[in-house]
Amino acid sequence: MATATATAADERVSGSSALGKVFKRPEVGALVAAIAVFVFFAVTTDTFATASGASTWLRSASTIGIMAVAVALLMIGGEFDLSAGAMTGFTGLAVGVMTTEWGLNIWAAMLVSLVLALGIGLLNGVLVMRTGLPSFIVTLGTFFVLQGINLAAVKAIIGQVAIQGMTNVPFYDQPHALFGSNVEIAGGRVYASVFWWILVTAVATWVLLKTRVGNWIFAVGGAQISARQVGVPVARTKIGLFMTTAGAGWLVGMLLLFTTSTVQSNTGVGQEFIYIICAVVGGCLLTGGYGSAVGAALGALIYGMTNQGIVYAGWDNNWLKAFLGVMLLGAVLLNEAVRRRAERSR
Amino acid sequence: MKKFAVAGVIVGLFLAVTGCSGTGQDEGPDEASDLDLTYAVVTHGAPGDAFWDRVKSGAERAGKDYGVKVEYSSDADPAKQSQLVDGAVADKVDGIIVSMANPDGLEQSVKNAVAAGIPVVTINSGIDKWQEFGAMTHIGQSEEIAGKAVGTRLKAAGWKNALCVIQEAGNVGLEERCAAVTSTMGGKVTNLQVDGTDDNAVQATITSKLQADKTIDGVLTLGGQYGIDAVSAVEQAGSSAKVATFDLSQDVITNIKSGKIEFAVDQQPYVQGYAAVTALYLKSINGNDFGGGQPVYSGPAFITKENADAVGEYAAKGTR
Repeated sequence: MATATATAADERVSGSSALGKVFKRPEVGALVAAIAVFVFFAVTTDTFATASGASTWLRSASTIGIMAVAVALLMIGGEFDLSAGAMTGFTGLAVGVMTTEWGLNIWAAMLVSLVLALGIGLLNGVLVMRTGLPSFIVTLGTFFVLQGINLAAVKAIIGQVAIQGMTNVPFYDQPHALFGSNVEIAGGRVYASVFWWILVTAVATWVLLKTRVGNWIFAVGGAQISARQVGVPVARTKIGLFMTTAGAGWLVGMLLLFTTSTVQSNTGVGQEFIYIICAVVGGCLLTGGYGSAVGAALGALIYGMTNQGIVYAGWDNNWLKAFLGVMLLGAVLLNEAVRRRAERSR
Repeated sequence: MKKFAVAGVIVGLFLAVTGCSGTGQDEGPDEASDLDLTYAVVTHGAPGDAFWDRVKSGAERAGKDYGVKVEYSSDADPAKQSQLVDGAVADKVDGIIVSMANPDGLEQSVKNAVAAGIPVVTINSGIDKWQEFGAMTHIGQSEEIAGKAVGTRLKAAGWKNALCVIQEAGNVGLEERCAAVTSTMGGKVTNLQVDGTDDNAVQATITSKLQADKTIDGVLTLGGQYGIDAVSAVEQAGSSAKVATFDLSQDVITNIKSGKIEFAVDQQPYVQGYAAVTALYLKSINGNDFGGGQPVYSGPAFITKENADAVGEYAAKGTR
């Protein structure tokens, strides 16, 4: 981030280099779009801006947001992960099967599930780095394999396609308190997933902006060859990023499992593109090397607000996806406009 | 005459002044629109699913007939569906209608709604759990009753080796249905998992299964449009297998008339939507508990060559 030297042509950033800096952040467009969406639904509906209304869209945004932040890091590093959605289902199902069917201790099952997830992330990373194939293709393969395992293996082991009776598992209450509980704040329920979302966003932002690893991520995504020449460990960084999205998939899997006490075989399928959309709305470029964790979190917030806001507005639900598409396109266009104005002031 | 006129005017005035003093009883609002009621319908149906479109039509028609507002939303993911229920509670609706394909996932949200004093009616799926969660009644088809009835019919028709085509991964109700069919049909029943959002893939999967096992003599599908897919698959595979299906559509009726589909089991989705709104409406205006603490069955009704014409008229309108 170079300090802005404002030109007279753009009066909005006149003289103030601090303001120029703010407008050159990738997440600015998403912030403006998020405020616009919030104001729109707050004005047009009765419930949206109340505490109990906010608790529903925050919860809706939180699990998407955790994944969007992890996927944003990976996209800044110049790669995709299409298996991220199915991973959330896989990790939850793994814990469910190991506890309800095999009677493994719940914490042990969660640990095994995390190891499995990180292993799959490692496999994704190694395959991409070793073969030189686009990560889009490699993770598409992983995605289908996971989807198949989620259905076939679960059905074969427990005889059905959804985890049932999770609440009867011994010690269920301990992880439930950590991942699935909620506290009442100002008359609205705030779920554990919201706090995890804030934590993940904060950690990711710190890593990106304040650590050496953060520099490596921008470097491998922006200019991989130059990065390798100056001694950045390209392979290790990228493999680490794939393991990060898998780890985030595990976290979200746990949040879903302990909030609803069930996971289905089809959980998370089709969500992977939503994570990517949220990251792009938040300012990530599809080509890598640019983006932000806070932006991705804001992108997820826009998605969550739209998702619930449409219901509160009482619009015909059949239009839901169309509304979402228009909203997201609008957000991306606004984003671009804001960014272009900021770039002009350089 | 003048006298009469004057008397008439005096009597008229007297009545006008006194006649509207009322009975002193609280009669409540006369017009439904005075009540300003809103009911939320939250289902697990995928958008574009013909079956759920009929549930929606039934609920919306009841809303129109009673003059109440009906808001429909759906999500197949139990986590998201429970968020929609929470949203309806936050919105302080006057009643919630919810389908529980995965009861565990909705337990907390439904209990919260009941705790908030909102009457809840479950529809379609969740017949084992509605009472435990505190819902008023359940309107739907017992998967077991319907499945067993179908199995008995198939046995009479002489099916020996059948496919049971499941179109939604994760729907416990569909799995139960196949199990119930198996229990009364005797013979061999193989469950076949297909991707219900892609009819092409459904056809192809059934075709290859029929080609792989020539002894299959019947295909049972669990949704109307998949029955049509099965008919095409049977033709493509050159198999002599018979087809029967759960749920109706206009095309299914046409195929029943032409004999390509043996029969269809109608659980009457329109009834589920309409009766659920009726149950909530009776609760709102008269404090009634519809169903008397028991589930209310919306089906099964069997559609065969004999009665296909009568039903066809409504199927054409997209309500059966």
